[in-house]
Amino acid sequence: MDKKATMKAAAEIRKLCIDELAAAGYGHIGGSMSICDILAVLYTDILDIDPKDPKDPDRDYVVLSKGHCGPALYATLAYKGYFDKEMLHTLNQGGTSLPSHCDRLKTPGIDISTGSLGQGLSLGSGVAMGKLIQGRKGRVYVIVGDGELQEGQNWEAVQFIAHRCLENIVIIVDNNRRQLDGYTEDICKTFDYKRKFESFGIHAFEADGHDVCDICDKLTLAAKTGPAAVIMNTEKGHGCSFAEIPGFNHYMVISREMADEAIAEVDRRLEESYGQAD
Amino acid sequence: MGRLTDGIKLDTTEMRAAYCAALIEKARTDKRIIVVDADVRHSVGTEPFYAEFPDRGINCGIMEAQAVGMSAGMSETGLVPFFHAFGVFATRRVFDQIFLSCAYQDLNVKIIGADPGVTAASNGGTHMPFEDIGLMRLVPGSVIIEPADAAMYRTAVAYMADNYGVHYLRTSRRKTMRIYPDGAEFTVGKANMLSDGGDVCLIASGIMVYEALKAADMLEGRGIRARVLDMHTIKPVDREAVLAAARDCGAIVTAENHNATGGLGSAVCEVLSETLPVPVERVGVKESFGEVGTQDYLQKRFGLTADNIAAAAEKCIARKRQK
Repeated sequence: MDKKATMKAAAEIRKLCIDELAAAGYGHIGGSMSICDILAVLYTDILDIDPKDPKDPDRDYVVLSKGHCGPALYATLAYKGYFDKEMLHTLNQGGTSLPSHCDRLKTPGIDISTGSLGQGLSLGSGVAMGKLIQGRKGRVYVIVGDGELQEGQNWEAVQFIAHRCLENIVIIVDNNRRQLDGYTEDICKTFDYKRKFESFGIHAFEADGHDVCDICDKLTLAAKTGPAAVIMNTEKGHGCSFAEIPGFNHYMVISREMADEAIAEVDRRLEESYGQAD
Repeated sequence: MGRLTDGIKLDTTEMRAAYCAALIEKARTDKRIIVVDADVRHSVGTEPFYAEFPDRGINCGIMEAQAVGMSAGMSETGLVPFFHAFGVFATRRVFDQIFLSCAYQDLNVKIIGADPGVTAASNGGTHMPFEDIGLMRLVPGSVIIEPADAAMYRTAVAYMADNYGVHYLRTSRRKTMRIYPDGAEFTVGKANMLSDGGDVCLIASGIMVYEALKAADMLEGRGIRARVLDMHTIKPVDREAVLAAARDCGAIVTAENHNATGGLGSAVCEVLSETLPVPVERVGVKESFGEVGTQDYLQKRFGLTADNIAAAAEKCIARKRQK
């Protein structure tokens, strides 16, 4: 990977996403920010995809099971050229192609519709199974939230994936340690994800979910080892100055001024980290 | 006994065996068909499919939500999964998965719910679906089929495989009264008229078709000529047949092995109330949960017999005359 290029991609995605949410005036900023670096690595360094052929049956699939963070994925898809960046300004408007939660029927590049938490991993396991049955190429990357893992259906899916040895699926946990109502630890403890996944019979790795090199290494490793989960330790709101707060940041009202300041801050931090990366 | 029911006997084969035979026959030429089970393949009778196509049967274990979501994902890759479970678990337990993982995103999943209504018999209230049709009717774009006997499976299975979308097949697994000869023709969405008459129309599905025929025989003895429709496709309901019944008979009785709210009776009333209102009586389960017993006992317990249909017909005809 070209670390600088991927960091630049992450910054561009973050800026597009903040701008997109500001155009709507509100939205799921916290969980969108926590996955920007993961999306940047996936779409820059990992996925076998072609924005000009978004329905290629041999492509890699992405299932954003935490569907409310669609805005981050839309920013990524626009960055990759699936559609014009101007379209991001239509988020949540009546008749838009970009609804708050991912919709495969509306948005080019969205593989699976999500929004009712806990269902994406099952859908992803079906895509993986369908690919194996038909000898198709491509992997399935399913992004779930740590709060979302409270939904029992996820663990049905993990058992299925382990039992069937679905080697073409990678589970990505956005472990931002917060859910809508507060800290996951306070609402319903999730204990040790790595040991949980391992006890269910699949490989598990941990990564710093804001370090593009670590993300890339662990995703590459997970893809090689077969059914695997990568627990990405992240921060809800990361990289967006006004959302990096200990209080409620799941969903925020966002003014143009807030967005402009945060976008400038993303650029400043990128410059700083470039220095460190050299 | 009477003109319409003479000669109708209990089938010699079980419904599940006939269903699986029809599925295997279709799957020989349609390689996209995949069977998905949730630990009841022995009960719902799909085992012969696994024997013939070991790579195309997936028994998930006791995890219906995963089975439905996984089926939806598989269909995205071009396969056509047929998911089997008892009716309550195939619909009520996984309604959000059917709604969002399948229908909402236009995926292609076939759902087979076994043991409809009182046919769950000794499994009792936890296993007795009286609301599965109501739930499935609420899914935009869904198709709902409830065969009266084993003769319709070939048509139903072929329709489900050949047509895209979320389809629900509600089917008994045990032996049932055999109304149709082998090779009988069916068209999904088109009711079968089993008897014509102008005094009242009895519209039934599933096991209630035989009860309706018995009721028509009973009514004939009382000088009442009943039309009997097998409404095997509950959604989309055959509007033309319902409107013709309203015009020709002026009184309609619906009969279903299901809650009287939300199913066939509701579908018929929705058509009539917006077009040609005539008196309707709905024979079905009224505001109750299931319980254990033989099918015979339960049909009497919940008012799902030919006697109930005949009484409803007389009441309906009286209402017509009062108009």
